[in-house]
Amino acid sequence: MSSLILQGVSYHYNGTKVIENLDLTVGKDEIVCLLGASGCGKTTTLKAIAGLVEAKHGSVFIDGKLVSDESTFIAPEHRNIGMMFQDYALFPHLSVANNIAFGLGKMSQSEKQQRVDEMLQLVHLSGCADRFPHQLSGGQQQRVAIARALAYKPSLLLLDEPFSNIDTQVRFELIADIRRIIKAQQVSAVFVTHSKEEAFAFSDTLAIMDRGSIAQQGTPEQLFAAPRSKVVAEFLGQGIYLSAEALTATEYKTPFGTVESDMQTSCYPCSGELYVRPHQIELVQECQSDKLSKRATILSRRFIGSAYVYKVVIAEQTLEVEAQYGQSFEINEQVIIKIKPHTVNFFES
Amino acid sequence: MTYKFKLSKWQLFAWSTGLVLSAPLFFLLFESLQGNSEVFSHLWDTVLWDYISNTVLLILGVCALSSVIALPLGWLTAYCNFPGKKHFEWALMLPLAMPTYIIAYVYTDLLDYAGPVQITLREWFGWQSPSDYWFFDIRTLPGAIVMIALVLYPYLFLIFKTALREQSFKLVQASQLMGLSPTKSFFKVSLVLSRGSIVAALALISMETMADFATVSYFAVSTLTTAVYDTWFGYYSLTAAAKISGVMLLLLFLALMAERFSRRNQAVFERQSGVNSEALYILKGKSAWLATAFCGTVLLVSFVIPIAVLLNYAITYFEKAWSAEFFNYAWQSLKVAGVVSVITIALGVFVVFYQRIATQSYPLVPGRLASTGYALPGTVLAIAVLLPLTLLESSINNVLEPYNLDIGLLLTGSVFTIVIAYVVRFYAIAHGAIESSFVRISPSLDMASQSMGKSQGQTLRLVHLPLLRRGLLTAALLVFIECMKELPAALLLRPFNFESLATHVFQYVSDEQLELASISALSIVIVGFIPLYFINRSMEQHT
Repeated sequence: MSSLILQGVSYHYNGTKVIENLDLTVGKDEIVCLLGASGCGKTTTLKAIAGLVEAKHGSVFIDGKLVSDESTFIAPEHRNIGMMFQDYALFPHLSVANNIAFGLGKMSQSEKQQRVDEMLQLVHLSGCADRFPHQLSGGQQQRVAIARALAYKPSLLLLDEPFSNIDTQVRFELIADIRRIIKAQQVSAVFVTHSKEEAFAFSDTLAIMDRGSIAQQGTPEQLFAAPRSKVVAEFLGQGIYLSAEALTATEYKTPFGTVESDMQTSCYPCSGELYVRPHQIELVQECQSDKLSKRATILSRRFIGSAYVYKVVIAEQTLEVEAQYGQSFEINEQVIIKIKPHTVNFFES
Repeated sequence: MTYKFKLSKWQLFAWSTGLVLSAPLFFLLFESLQGNSEVFSHLWDTVLWDYISNTVLLILGVCALSSVIALPLGWLTAYCNFPGKKHFEWALMLPLAMPTYIIAYVYTDLLDYAGPVQITLREWFGWQSPSDYWFFDIRTLPGAIVMIALVLYPYLFLIFKTALREQSFKLVQASQLMGLSPTKSFFKVSLVLSRGSIVAALALISMETMADFATVSYFAVSTLTTAVYDTWFGYYSLTAAAKISGVMLLLLFLALMAERFSRRNQAVFERQSGVNSEALYILKGKSAWLATAFCGTVLLVSFVIPIAVLLNYAITYFEKAWSAEFFNYAWQSLKVAGVVSVITIALGVFVVFYQRIATQSYPLVPGRLASTGYALPGTVLAIAVLLPLTLLESSINNVLEPYNLDIGLLLTGSVFTIVIAYVVRFYAIAHGAIESSFVRISPSLDMASQSMGKSQGQTLRLVHLPLLRRGLLTAALLVFIECMKELPAALLLRPFNFESLATHVFQYVSDEQLELASISALSIVIVGFIPLYFINRSMEQHT
């Protein structure tokens, strides 16, 4: 059974559509990431799931139970949801132990104590029970927040950009840590972020959000390899568009010559655009024999550590190409551009 | 869905508070437009225009004199370095703690024919009688202007100084590079950029001036405030008093409009990045000492002399002033102020909480409505509160009449009315203070609490109240102090057996015997220092 189902959920605020006809499914023990640019409605979606805003249309099911539709609205405090906030929202007047115990409802004192101890152990903070939030580091605060959100065994955990306040150096360690904790507690989670690196590292599946609805949902690899729309393609990695014509099921004609695809298309002949990522392009030293290929000129070179990024101009179009460290070109040098065979992302126009 | 039911309970409470606390204003508006009053027509035909012109002249005079005092002070302390600057910055606010009638009394005492100044002059020059020389009479309209301006200029000083601090130094420096002298740059850049703040401060000063009752009454300058008071105690005509109050409301409305209008510009002009803490000009030699002398003189006249005289009275007449009367009145004041603080804080917490959680439209309206009383001058407020209460009282008596019962003047003849009036007047202070500490609580704490199964009431009790404790204490203190100082409403509304410290002091001022109430007067001044401390601290946090 799915932990969470959203069907056609819409939410309008002051006349603007924040969420529009949104569908989302989260399987049991699955971590789904809502990924999208800021202002696309991710956080509002999370709030609608939690009941912190009231969706105007559509229905929300948590663990198969209807919590929100046109005639039903279960208050947030009755939804049994755990939530982790961007600023952690730890209660500054309560100790770590009391923060964690805050959501433990009708339990005896000793049961509460036991649960708090368990959670502290889980997040490796056993010695910190009596400290106050302001005495903890950012990472520790975050672990308290997750312990607090999981302490009362919620049906679903919601995480609202929880890693954005953490230094890049330790961020991915923490992400792995929190993921371990969530998986250990066997809870389904919805995670909101605008960073695809965080999303890749943290989630099982991604749901790319665009203008208030889900553009595509799938594993990171699926979305990267076969984006169904330009928004998804662009969001997951830089690239350029080349005008292209599908000549056969596997061949496309582009300004840079014919590109081969290792996947077959049913649409040919037809025209559209190819979305090509830098690693799919290759720069080749000009050689006399190859007279038919178009020549490009190197405009600038930028060293990025593991490789060079060249800016080249060809047929009045400028593009960036990544080239391996060993392969080096000079500025103004003439080069030939080749596109490696790959699973092309072709968008019909 | 207990959720929705509870929400509407908060809503009901907030709106009731808003409507009840703003009811006096609506009653006043209604009465001043509807009622017919011979007394008012008589006043209209005879003296009312004098009252209005006196009021307007008083306001204009106080604004002008305050500007002359406060603008240079603000500029000096914001932009310049000179000996004693650090101390002047806070000390120049102290006069705000001084009730105008105390300073008025002190200067009358000093400058009267029988006062030390004139005696000394007569001794020096050998004059024999008043006909030998001219000396100004302080108990006049200009005298009142000077007294009130000496107490109210700190508003403009404070606001102007802050505005200057928030302006980028670069603008002034740029103007200097383009050839403007510091004086020219002050007029052409700093003053123009801060005009929004200046207008806002002057609007505030106008409202306070209009509300002043004690000084003008003591100086026998008839203004609209004294007219309201006299009409009520002279003719017992609530309608006529309400109509005069209506005229004041009109002036008040103009001041508020000016303030609102100026704020629109403020947003445009004063959003500069950062706040300046260093000085722009370092004054040296003669100009430095001139600056110090100017600040020193203002401080001396507006604060040091009056407080020294008060201390002198208190020491000389200690035996008489340290009386059972003092303790009795202090205790009565404390009780009323305490009760009012508790009520306003309780109401404020719920109304602000409603604002926070409301999902309905217009969540801010109840708080705004409830805060309207603060803008009303004390005398006007007193009349406004009497209107619904007398109505309520007489309808209760009508209902009880068949049973041979009668509550008499249980409401309007008791401290109850004063408490109500103070709550109406000072709710805004509590609301503002609570609101500003509420916004410091991250909304995600609410969501966290709710997601962990706590209802809104539980969230208020378990999360908000513990975090608000300090803010609530501050709010209560501010309300408490205002209650201790409030005079005109208490004078109008107090029952026969009630006397607050302020009314007690004013009584003695009127009887030309402030010496005997000097300890009470000093207590009021000292109590008045406390809010200044908070204002100063919040300003420092700003900078």
